[in-house]
Amino acid sequence: MSESTTSHYLNARKTVASWLFTVDHKRIGMLYLGSIIIYFLLGGVAALLFRVELMTPDPNFMESDTYNRLFTMHGVTMIFFFLIPSIPAVLGNFLLPIMLGARDLAFPRINLASWYVFTLGGLLTLGAIIFGGVDTGWTFYTPYSSTYANSNVILAALGIFISGFSSIMTGLNFIVTIHKMRAPGLTWFRLPLFVWAHYATSIIIVLGTPVVAITILLVAIERIFQVGIFDPQLGGDPVLFQHLFWFYSHPAVYIMILPGMGVVSEVIACFSRKRIFGYEVVAMSSLAIAILGFFVWGHHMFVSSQSMYAGMIFSILTFLVAIPSAIKVFNWISTLYGGSIRLDTPMLYAIGFIGLFLVGGLTGLFLGTMGVNVHVHDTYFVVAHFHYVMVGGMVMAFFGGLHFWWPKMTGKMFPEIPARITAVIIFIGFNLTFFPQFIAGYLGMPRRYHVYAEEFQIWHVLSTGGATVLGLGYVMMAAYLLYSLFLGAKASSNPWKAAGLEWKTTSPPPTENFVVPPVVTQEAYAYETEDVYQDDADQKGTTHG
Amino acid sequence: MNSNVAYFPKQASSFAANVDNLYFFLIGVSVFFTILIGALVIYFIFRYRRRSDAERPKPVHGNIPLEITWTVIPLILVMIMFFWGAIIFYKQYRPPADAMEILVTGKQWMWKLQHPSGRSEINMLHVPLGRPVKLTMTSEDVIHSFYIPAFRTKSDVVPGKYTTLWFTATELGEHHLFCAEYCGGEHSLMKGWVRVIPAEEYDLWAEGVDADMAALTPVEAGKRLFTEQGCYACHNPESGALGPNIEGVYGSMVKLADGTEVLADEAYIRESILYPQNRVVAGYMPVMPTYRGLLNETQLMQVIAYIKSVGVEE
Repeated sequence: MSESTTSHYLNARKTVASWLFTVDHKRIGMLYLGSIIIYFLLGGVAALLFRVELMTPDPNFMESDTYNRLFTMHGVTMIFFFLIPSIPAVLGNFLLPIMLGARDLAFPRINLASWYVFTLGGLLTLGAIIFGGVDTGWTFYTPYSSTYANSNVILAALGIFISGFSSIMTGLNFIVTIHKMRAPGLTWFRLPLFVWAHYATSIIIVLGTPVVAITILLVAIERIFQVGIFDPQLGGDPVLFQHLFWFYSHPAVYIMILPGMGVVSEVIACFSRKRIFGYEVVAMSSLAIAILGFFVWGHHMFVSSQSMYAGMIFSILTFLVAIPSAIKVFNWISTLYGGSIRLDTPMLYAIGFIGLFLVGGLTGLFLGTMGVNVHVHDTYFVVAHFHYVMVGGMVMAFFGGLHFWWPKMTGKMFPEIPARITAVIIFIGFNLTFFPQFIAGYLGMPRRYHVYAEEFQIWHVLSTGGATVLGLGYVMMAAYLLYSLFLGAKASSNPWKAAGLEWKTTSPPPTENFVVPPVVTQEAYAYETEDVYQDDADQKGTTHG
Repeated sequence: MNSNVAYFPKQASSFAANVDNLYFFLIGVSVFFTILIGALVIYFIFRYRRRSDAERPKPVHGNIPLEITWTVIPLILVMIMFFWGAIIFYKQYRPPADAMEILVTGKQWMWKLQHPSGRSEINMLHVPLGRPVKLTMTSEDVIHSFYIPAFRTKSDVVPGKYTTLWFTATELGEHHLFCAEYCGGEHSLMKGWVRVIPAEEYDLWAEGVDADMAALTPVEAGKRLFTEQGCYACHNPESGALGPNIEGVYGSMVKLADGTEVLADEAYIRESILYPQNRVVAGYMPVMPTYRGLLNETQLMQVIAYIKSVGVEE
């Protein structure tokens, strides 16, 4: 049968209403993709503006108030509206049911509601940014945020509070779906590691997000009603806020990185044609990270007036949470051993992820080391560290996953050569942007400084140069992905010759995902069997596991 | 581009070398693992590159002894990091009993410091070489953080609480003092200097004798006081600044908050420094602290001389 007449989720119905009221997890994933690209753009433009401003030690074209609003806008949009939803709400939404052989998520309407809640929260926060801005930093430390700040704290806080519920809805949906909707034969230890990673992530989301929601609500209550919670002048304790905030926001780092690790496992297995070495260990390490991650928040507070002994407990637990991450890296490397390796674009991003996440993780050890933390806390060293984890790690993994599943999601192939060149440009631009910040940080350059001492200038100039290269890479990616949407070659059902149920259905999949519900008879990543390499879902119109 | 590019911070306190040694150990471990993993990845990518699409590599399920190896070795390494770091922190956390105590108050956006002799200063901390100094700190408004990179030490300064910080300076000269915790508006101007002077000179200084000011002209001395006392944090040319810009003020007619006008002469400037709430300039909040007791008569005249020097109409 000819491709052009095939019905799939994108062309099944074409009205705007059919998108806005869809309960198809794939369409909702695409709605999220559209939304987070807008926030990524806003956060990125803010970053580029203040990076240009930071070329010289003295103020150039903006005042401190503007600068403070820009870095707050960058942090708030990138963390709450891009990084946290990026992989789970886009790739997770799209792929999780298909990987499980299911028709949809367990609660399709809650899934749609989550996008509306996310959009409402995002619009409120955008409103706060447009009508005067917020200048508290994404961390909203009290009593600055609750009493002193002269900006739209309440509106922004309300937006973040509301968008938190969309995370909770998605997390709940994933947990129930993974428990109850696996295809016949798909046992827990046959699940793709992408699914394990999302399971661990969902647990963190469901347990952690309510805490930050309550915390942010308390800030708003103190601001509006002058109830003493955090401000000592009203009888509150400002450090209490930091405990509550980091109780969520440190695990949130794992909300951001674990799904990325899931993507990397899928991509490495495919492009080395091997089962992930130590599959069970990698799966369990995700859970270990999710659990241990809840007991390390005090490492953000070694110099906050927290007790020294509490600090020591948090420090040792922080070192323990590093171990499962190290185990994952060693297992990925061992997967490459004896494989059949190709460096297609998704694999380039996965390899880039390993390198940058390694630097991010190792510099995390510096920060967990109390004696060194005292010096580098709240400096550019911290800024560089978490960008290596979040941009070098999470964003690289997101791009890797986006390229890997792009043919499945859109039905189109992107041009491979421009994509590889772009991946290399992004890798170089990233390192040039953030590596100099480690040096500036150890020199003592404090973060969130609009005006700085002359001796730091060279590192800022390098960083701004790198940010320009990075920005160029993003623009190139946008260009060829848009091109592929309209003029890209048609994707077959399994263009990468990858294992996994998602490659057993057409590209793009039909609305019901599978014409015949699949039955699973083997482990994940069975690259030794010929079954994986079949590319015949288009022809047969059927699936089998 | 300026010529004074820095690659590594000065070591100016008794802690600095200890912290740096641990830092170098961490760098050593990191470089070792980065090279090891980087080399393995590059070697595997090359050695096991796909030569034919018909390749079906043999699956390997895992290897428990290997998993144990790469769990235990990192565990030993991070435990070394933990104990080493905790020992340094323990020492930084507990000031010696004989340390000289200096009181520190942070407020948006300046540091106020008072020495045991009674002498006070703003955004400039004089400390004696080789004597342990303990800072007892609090904040009048939001959370700040007292950070001296050359000393490798820092502590948050929290309203409603007292935090302490101690060090023994080992290098003469001026070292950066930064506020490291974001505190709003002019956070990046909440900075100053720690000036380490010989102990005998400190004892004189504490009693009010400024050895290093003697060679300066009144305008130069006034300019330095203007910076050291934190005046610039508010009185700067930015439109968001808390206080009026001093450039061109001297000799001009100034509009006041009550609608009247006054000639900005020596007497008005002196009054504004000592009794800032008396006649506030229109458009500004009455937030300036008094400098009574912080500046002596000589220093007052020097500051006024500096303000005159940037205010004379050409």
